[in-house]
Order: sequence, then structure tokens, then C-alpha cells
Amino acid sequence: MRQIAFYGKGGIGKSTTSQNTLAALAEMGKKILIVGCDPKADSTRLILHSKAQNTVLSLAAEAGTVEDLEIEDVMKTGFSDIRCVESGGPEPGVGCAGRGVITSINFLEENGAYDGVDYVSYDVLGDVVCGGFAMPIRENKAQEIYIVTSGEMMAMYAANNIAKGILKYANSGGVRLGGLVCNERQTDREYELIEALAKRLNTQLIHFVPRNNIVQHAELRRMTVLEFAPESSQANEYRELAKKIDANAGKGTIPTPITMDELEELLMEFGVMKTIDENLVGKKAEEIAVA
Amino acid sequence: MSQNPKHVLDHFNLFREPEYVEMFENKKKNFENPHPQDKVTEIIEWTKTEEYRDLNFKREALTVNPAKACQPLGAVFVALGFEETMPFVHGSQGCVAYYRSHLSRHFKEPTSCVSSSMTEDAAVFGGLNNMIDGLANTYAMYKPKMIAVSTTCMAEVIGDDLNAFIKNAKEKGSVPQEYDVPFAHTPAFVGSHITGYDNALKGIMEHFWAGRERHENETINIVMGFDGYSVGNIREVKRILQEMGISALILSDTSDVFDTPTDGTFRMYMGGTKLEDMKKALDSKATVSFQEFNTPKSLEYAASLGQKTMSFQYPIGIRGTDRWLLALSELTGKPIPDSLRLERGRLVDAVADSTSHIHGKKFALYGDPDQMLGLTEFLMELGAEPVHVLATNGGKEWEEKMNALFASSPYGAGCHAWPGRDLWHMRSLLFTEPVDFLIGNTYGKYLERDTGTPLIRIGFPIFDRHHHHRYPTVGYQGAMNVLVKLLDKIFDEMDKNTNVPSKTDYSYDIIR
Repeated sequence: MRQIAFYGKGGIGKSTTSQNTLAALAEMGKKILIVGCDPKADSTRLILHSKAQNTVLSLAAEAGTVEDLEIEDVMKTGFSDIRCVESGGPEPGVGCAGRGVITSINFLEENGAYDGVDYVSYDVLGDVVCGGFAMPIRENKAQEIYIVTSGEMMAMYAANNIAKGILKYANSGGVRLGGLVCNERQTDREYELIEALAKRLNTQLIHFVPRNNIVQHAELRRMTVLEFAPESSQANEYRELAKKIDANAGKGTIPTPITMDELEELLMEFGVMKTIDENLVGKKAEEIAVA
Repeated sequence: MSQNPKHVLDHFNLFREPEYVEMFENKKKNFENPHPQDKVTEIIEWTKTEEYRDLNFKREALTVNPAKACQPLGAVFVALGFEETMPFVHGSQGCVAYYRSHLSRHFKEPTSCVSSSMTEDAAVFGGLNNMIDGLANTYAMYKPKMIAVSTTCMAEVIGDDLNAFIKNAKEKGSVPQEYDVPFAHTPAFVGSHITGYDNALKGIMEHFWAGRERHENETINIVMGFDGYSVGNIREVKRILQEMGISALILSDTSDVFDTPTDGTFRMYMGGTKLEDMKKALDSKATVSFQEFNTPKSLEYAASLGQKTMSFQYPIGIRGTDRWLLALSELTGKPIPDSLRLERGRLVDAVADSTSHIHGKKFALYGDPDQMLGLTEFLMELGAEPVHVLATNGGKEWEEKMNALFASSPYGAGCHAWPGRDLWHMRSLLFTEPVDFLIGNTYGKYLERDTGTPLIRIGFPIFDRHHHHRYPTVGYQGAMNVLVKLLDKIFDEMDKNTNVPSKTDYSYDIIR
């Protein structure tokens, strides 16, 4: 059994990329379990054709304790027999979603959710925000982390932060960075930029997923592209990514995260950020006009 | 009256002096704004009714006096049962003070245990630095052979990863690389002390056993589970195993740990399972648990490595002891010696001598799930009726086992298992369906006072009676001790109820 995890900035297309890729892996005959670790609980929506209603934590809240749950209550099977579980989480503004992730994963492991699967994939929100959201990268959990990013500055910033989180655990355990997945946003020189970032992080750009409206069409129907338009070129892109991930076992690396300054330099190098005269930093427009 | 140094009044008498009595009265009258006494009486009487019981059992969001403790207590208990081991709880200090005092108040022995003293900054930034400094300090100051790490709620909520932290601490040189630091995540808000016992034991097993090749031998591993009578029970089990000629290793042997002598030498550590033996225990042919609900994960792990596993439910009585002796005999091929047959015969004889006094007596009991199963079976063997059996940390599976046990004996008819309930539920049960005796730990004394049901102290913790933990409760000898405990209370009550001169003392007999 291989365990992988997808991390990335919110809204970057992490869930879409992971579900399409996992659907392609399922097409290759792999038995898959998806563990959604996002309180929004939409990590399995495209596989199940609906948002999972019964998350581990919502049912646990109803039953009073997670010990009273049965695995069948929370595990649903969707497209290509992919097993899906959503951890869920508290309402915004209360409680601790990170602890929720720990509770859910412990519950799944203890109740045999992982029996007989080839791949367990964790879909984790945002960058690593606390110990709970790092649960999937602890020892004996995900072996490789795939970071979904794009050529936008904040997505790269998040990717670098996630690399920092992985580094913390990589030194003491087996977790490695599997690679960056670039979800094209059509920013300038995006491919080269992410490839350069990957190099700086001591990893690879494992695949560049081009932008294609068919993803949105499929998503509106709550389907993966693999199911909605299996013949499309976009489906082939995900198949390619799936093949690369499948062949990437054991090839992950220990990341070398960079500083904020280094990241800005990188962006300037690729012209995403204009080089700025240090004398102008912190000056108002009127001040600059006078000067 | 001020205190006289030649004759100091203690709390029993001091607060009954007129100035204190007056002060308490004034405080109540002027500051406490109390309800009138008749209202108080009315409410007290109401809490004794069926109506209140129904409401009480519908209670959802509140637990009152649970008959359980939290995971790290069990983890600390297990850790203490290993040679020169310092339990290390990653979390806040106050929690650790609780485990130490809880164990010390029961066993009347000092309990060593350290904490990583997490405070607000650790909650924000993670407790890695506390782990690094804590391990280094513990290693330097107390020189243990092993540091066994568990966690409190705080470390668990922020998601501290012990595996990574301990590796990091070793890299920073807190303790040598090869030094033994087993660990277990023991969130106190999950399960109870018996879950913590299981998690910590499994952590220690994994530490010593994982990745090593197993060469099976004839030794048997024995796991006793969380047990307030461990001093007496482990010694008794060792004696029985010796009588049978069985080579066995007790995994977590707390017998000498909680019974150090006073002979002028301070012993920071004493007794416990040798670390070498724990390593060897991988090769044992079987691991036998005396408390099934204390050890599910540990046994599952032992079984996954190829060991036979077997579990009992705190075998306290005759059939219970028969069962584990026969099972061990079958497992090892060693016959049960005549000496043990004689012990059994003596116990049966004692039961027969006293049966008329205990037959038909109704009992309510509460405690850990396995101990309830063992005690219930013994009570039914004695012809007593275990009417209410409550385990706050019992679940559905325990309830099913209890119901099967009730169904196995005519004395179980009309008896009820109460999983997940607390002592305030027990209070309602005792008022609405009264019994003759209550069996439980020290906290039962409040129920005894409220409901007038005499309390027989069996369980953990027992803070207000001394030295009972030195006497076994398992095996035929243990059953004898439990029988005597029950009978002593029965006869005390009989005397109390017949001691009014010229009125009831026609039954105030010399011979019972």
C-alpha cells in the first residue's frame, strides 16, 4: 500500500487535480481510498457526484463519540470503485479542525479502512497550519507529498511553506516531497518559473497540467474529466500525471525550502515581479512624484 | 478557643468548637443566601424518585462523578512496571501531579513521573523544545534506564508528533541515539485509563519488538492490565506460575514498584520488568492478558508477530481461576499441581461454610469493565445477585458480555449492565431499586452516605483504607480474600442492625 498526500494553497485546484489523478490511477487498476482532510468536505465530490454528507466528525458529533461509529457509515464508494471518506470538521470559528484530522485518521486506521487498497490519498487544505494538519505527513502515513501550485506568487509562497512543514518531519521520518504539480493559471513563463522553484526546493515539477475549460464543465456536473470526457486531451494529462506518480515511488526528496527574499528574487528573475529600486520602498506616490 | 500546643485539636474536633460552629452559622446566614431547609429537603427527596431517575438517565451533556480516569494515568502505570523506568508525560504539569498523587494516595508509595511542562508558548509553537529539554533533564537528573513517553490533552490537541519529536531530541543529543524512549499517544479525552494502559504497553512492545526476528520459545508473557491490587495480584500470579513450573514474564510488573521497604535506603527505582526480559518477550510463544478490555491493541500487535494470544476478564472467582489455570496448562503442557487443587478445595469449602449468609443478597457494583465481569461471575457463584453493574468506560461489547454472563446463571435474572453511566446514575439506581451492598472504590462512600447502602471497597482508587492492595484478588487465594471482604461487611451490617439492647439484640449473636 502506498500513501500519498496532496497539499496546496486554498482554491488552487487541489481537490480537482487529486480526484482526476486518482480516477486515472483507478483506471490503471489501482484500488484507491481518498481521505479528505478539509473541513469543507469537498475532496471526494467529483468521485461521489455529490458532496459527502456523512463526514466522520459530523457523525461522531451526532453519536457523541467517534467510538460509536461504524466504518460503513462514513466510507462511500464512487466512480471506479474509489473509496471515499471525508473527515469533516467543526463550524468556522469554533473548535479545532486539526484535532479533527487526527481523530478521523486514527478512526480509519483502527477500523480497517485501509485494508486491501493500493493507494491512500490525503487531500489536505491550505498550507500546513498546525500539528493536526501535518498528521498525514507523520511517520507511517504518507510517503510522498505532492504540492499543487501555480505561477501565482501566493500559491508559490504556500508551496514553500508546505515544503518547510515536510522538512520538519523528513529529518526524523520517511516522508518525502514527491514533486510539484503545476495547475496552469496562464501567468507569465509559468512552466519555467515552477520548474525553477522545484529546483530550488530540491524537487521536480512532476507535471504541468494545462488549463482547459473541460475541467470546469466536468466539475459543474460533479464529475472528474476522466469520467465526463475520457477521450479528451485533458483526461490524458491526468493519466500522464497518474503514471508519473505511480512510477515515483521511493523517489521523493527532502525539500530545501527557501526564504521569502529568495522567493521574491525568483519572481523578479522571471519578471513576475518588477525589479524595484530599493530607494522607492515605503514611499507614497506623491513622494515619488516630487522626487 | 486558641490552640494549646500541649494539646492540639485536629480537624475532627477543632471545627466543632463553639466559635467555629457560630462562624459557620453566620457565614451561611449572612453570605450564602441559602434556600430554606424545607426546600432543600424537598429537592433531596425528589432526587430519590423514579421521575428523577428517568430525567437523570436522559442526561446527555453532563457527567457527574465518572467511574474512570484518563489515558495517561494508565500509561504512567504501565511505564512504572518496567525496570528503572521514568514515565515522561508530554504536556502540562498539573496533569502529571494528578497521576502521581492518584497512584501515591492509593498505594501509599511515592510515584515518580515527570512532565515536559508545556505552557502557553508551547501550545502556540508546538512542544518540541519541551521534549528536547525535558528528555535531557530527565536523563541527567534521574538517570533512568528507560524514559517512557505519553501525552496529555494539550499536546494532543495541537497535534505534537511524538515519533518525530523524540527523534529530533535524540539528534540534538538529549539522550543517546540507542537509548530506550518508547512512546504512545494517549489523548486524555479519548477512552479511559485502560485505553492508555493498552496504548502505552503497545508502544513499549513496538519499541522492543518491531523489526526483530522472532525465535519462539516456551515462555508465556502475562499482562495484568490496570489493577489497584497489582502488588498482591502479581505476586500471587507469580507464585501460581511457579507452582505450575511455567516460565513466564510479567509485562509491566508493578508489584515491587509500589511496595518498597523502609530500611534506611531510598530507592528511586525498584523492581519492574527487566528491559532485557522485555526484549526476550518477543520470542515467547504466547501473550496472555488478564483484562481483555485493557489490552486489545497490545494483543493484536503480539498476534501480528506470530504469538498466540489469550485474554480473560479479571478472573476473580472459582470458575474464572479454573479457566485460566486450565488454559495455561493446555498452553504449556504442564499439569495443574495438587497444591492448587487443594487451594481450590479450600476455597469451595469456605464458600460452602458461608453460603447461607451471602445467598440472595443483592449487590450493586461499579468499576473497570473486566473487573466487573470477574466480580459479577464470582458473586453469582456465591449465590448473590449483581443487580446493577456499571462501567463508565464499558461499551457495547462489554454490555453484551455482561448480558451473556447474567444469562448463564439464575442469579443473573433481572440484573442489568450499565455501560457509559456514572456514579450519579448509580445514585438513582440505588434509590429506586435498592440493593443490600455496594461494591466500588473510595468515591462510593458518598453514595453510601446518601443512600445508606453499605460500601465494600474493591477497585481503584482506594484512598481511605490502607494496604488492601497488598492482598491478591485473583486466583483461589484472591477469591478467598474477596469472599472475606464481602462477609466482613455482611456481618458488620448484621451486628449493626441487631444491637439495640432489649429490642433487637435477640439476634445480636456471638456465632454467625
